[in-house]
Amino acid sequence: MAESAATSDAQPVIQVKGLHKHYRMGAETIRALNGVDCTIRENEYVAVMGPSGSGKSTLMNIIGCLDQPSAGEYWLSGENVSTLGDGALARVRNRRIGFVFQTFNLLPRANALHNVEVPLLYGGIGRRGRRIRAREALERVGLGDRMDHRPNELSGGQRQRVAVARALVNEPSILLADEPTGNLDSRTGQDIMDLFGTLHQAGQTIILVTHEPEVARRAGRHVHLMDGVVTEDYLTQEPDA
Amino acid sequence: MSIVETVRVALASILANLLRSSLTMLGIIIGVAAVITMVALGTGAQRAVDAQIAQLGTRVLSVMAGQSFRRGVASANRVSLTVDDYEALVRDAPLLTEVVPELSGGRQIKFGNKNLFHDVVGTTPNFPGVHAVDVRAGTMFTAGDLATRRRVVVLGSEIPQNLEMAPESLIGRTVAINRVPFEIIGVFEEVGERFGPEPDDRLFIPLTTAELRVFGQDRLRGLSAQVVDGVSLEMGMVDIERVLRREHKIRPGEDNDFMILNRRQFMEMAQASTEIFAYLLASIAGVSLLVGGIGIMNIMLVSVTERTREIGVRKALGATRFNILMQFVVEALTIGVLGGVLGIALGGGAAWALTELVNWNVFISVDAILLAVLFSVGVGLFFGIWPARRAAQLDPIEALRHD
Repeated sequence: MAESAATSDAQPVIQVKGLHKHYRMGAETIRALNGVDCTIRENEYVAVMGPSGSGKSTLMNIIGCLDQPSAGEYWLSGENVSTLGDGALARVRNRRIGFVFQTFNLLPRANALHNVEVPLLYGGIGRRGRRIRAREALERVGLGDRMDHRPNELSGGQRQRVAVARALVNEPSILLADEPTGNLDSRTGQDIMDLFGTLHQAGQTIILVTHEPEVARRAGRHVHLMDGVVTEDYLTQEPDA
Repeated sequence: MSIVETVRVALASILANLLRSSLTMLGIIIGVAAVITMVALGTGAQRAVDAQIAQLGTRVLSVMAGQSFRRGVASANRVSLTVDDYEALVRDAPLLTEVVPELSGGRQIKFGNKNLFHDVVGTTPNFPGVHAVDVRAGTMFTAGDLATRRRVVVLGSEIPQNLEMAPESLIGRTVAINRVPFEIIGVFEEVGERFGPEPDDRLFIPLTTAELRVFGQDRLRGLSAQVVDGVSLEMGMVDIERVLRREHKIRPGEDNDFMILNRRQFMEMAQASTEIFAYLLASIAGVSLLVGGIGIMNIMLVSVTERTREIGVRKALGATRFNILMQFVVEALTIGVLGGVLGIALGGGAAWALTELVNWNVFISVDAILLAVLFSVGVGLFFGIWPARRAAQLDPIEALRHD
């Protein structure tokens, strides 16, 4: 295994040990993760890279508690998440994790404001509090004037901004992004990455999956995956932050 | 998440998917309304027949003048019953308590400047008792009137209407039947359509008066006979047959030249056929309910893909299984109950319209309402919740990948 390149003075937010994920696809068993160890500390900006099929998205989904590992441990801020039940997992997803998807995954029939309010709704925030915080989050991503638009009335970049606002609205400890620019043209992609840079500078821990070097260049640390194992893990020479 | 928030999310979701929600609701509405209306019609028809049976009583036989046959050839003379036959039955048939003759024919009726044409019936004072007709105003004529061949008349309920007079105000007035003046002494209560004689649009005069002053002949259209209590109708029929065959001098082996009708048999047949009618309607309604249910199922299952993604998104953002389940339960309940209520309103309205506008007998049964509502709402709930429950069990990423 490649040794961890993380700076050692900050608190570890994420620790995964011997993570395995096996799928059955018909008769075939696919080993998406084959023993991944990794530690990510506060305020890191990590790019997970690798060719398609390398297991990077699977790793992200497990870190985001959207998927469960077949074997191994996942510690989030000192808590063993791999043993939690449905209710506790839902709370983790709600409070500690903000996930940005490649395909946005907005609720198609709700406007931008209502989409951003959803995590607050499940977080038990009252109606007025939700409205105020969702507005703030949308203004933060520069969509203050598009709040009552539905996803199909927004451009791809705007949709992804709504998704980022939604991920941030509950002030999660980590922001996870799975190919956030994958469905965007390069200029809008740049805008989103600028937004991520600003968030990182404000202290946000960010992990993103990408296969574009241009996107990864901004991250302070690169983790390379290949066939379900970490092959390289290093700090970049010129972190964008 | 509080129950208020859950309800709010569910309602917002119903409104956001208005087309799907209304189509689902339509399935429930049509199913429920169809069952309620159809069963109301069927039950109404059955009750109407039952009521007629109860009203008419079951001890009355009718004798109709029939065709006589000589060696298989029908004779031209169809009218074989006479006043003599009536008298013979009264005298010689011990199993009959009452015999009511009907000597009738269409006649011109003149009252003031109004000219009408109605059936005039010569009969005996026991007519209202045997045929369960009430006298609304005045009185029925008496045996004395019959013996003295008085020119008195009792009117069916429609006659005063046709004359545009109140029934009470006609008592004591004079009406001309075939230019013969008659004193109106009574008006019958409305009877409506039923099995047996329908007296509403007829005029009733003493048999003897009819025979001698109006028709000038003694051939009866028919007569009714009430059988003694404790004797079967069949025995009564045998008694009538014996007397009439003797009177008509029909030899053994020859056919009767009259017909004896047992109305009870007819009504039992009618009862059986209304029952079939009611079952038929109920099964049509059942099919509508089933089709409505399939419609609901269809819409719910078709929307599962979209809903599964939604569930994935909600779970990824922090919804628990319970949150998801409650949202779908409230959605399905709202649609189901709203659809059920609208269905009851529509079905009840249709039943009401059939009564008021077309004058059909309907009876709205609580059982049918319960059955229809429970079935539709049940189908809505099941197919609204079951796929959602399955999707809520998935890891969020699987729900998100669903296609």
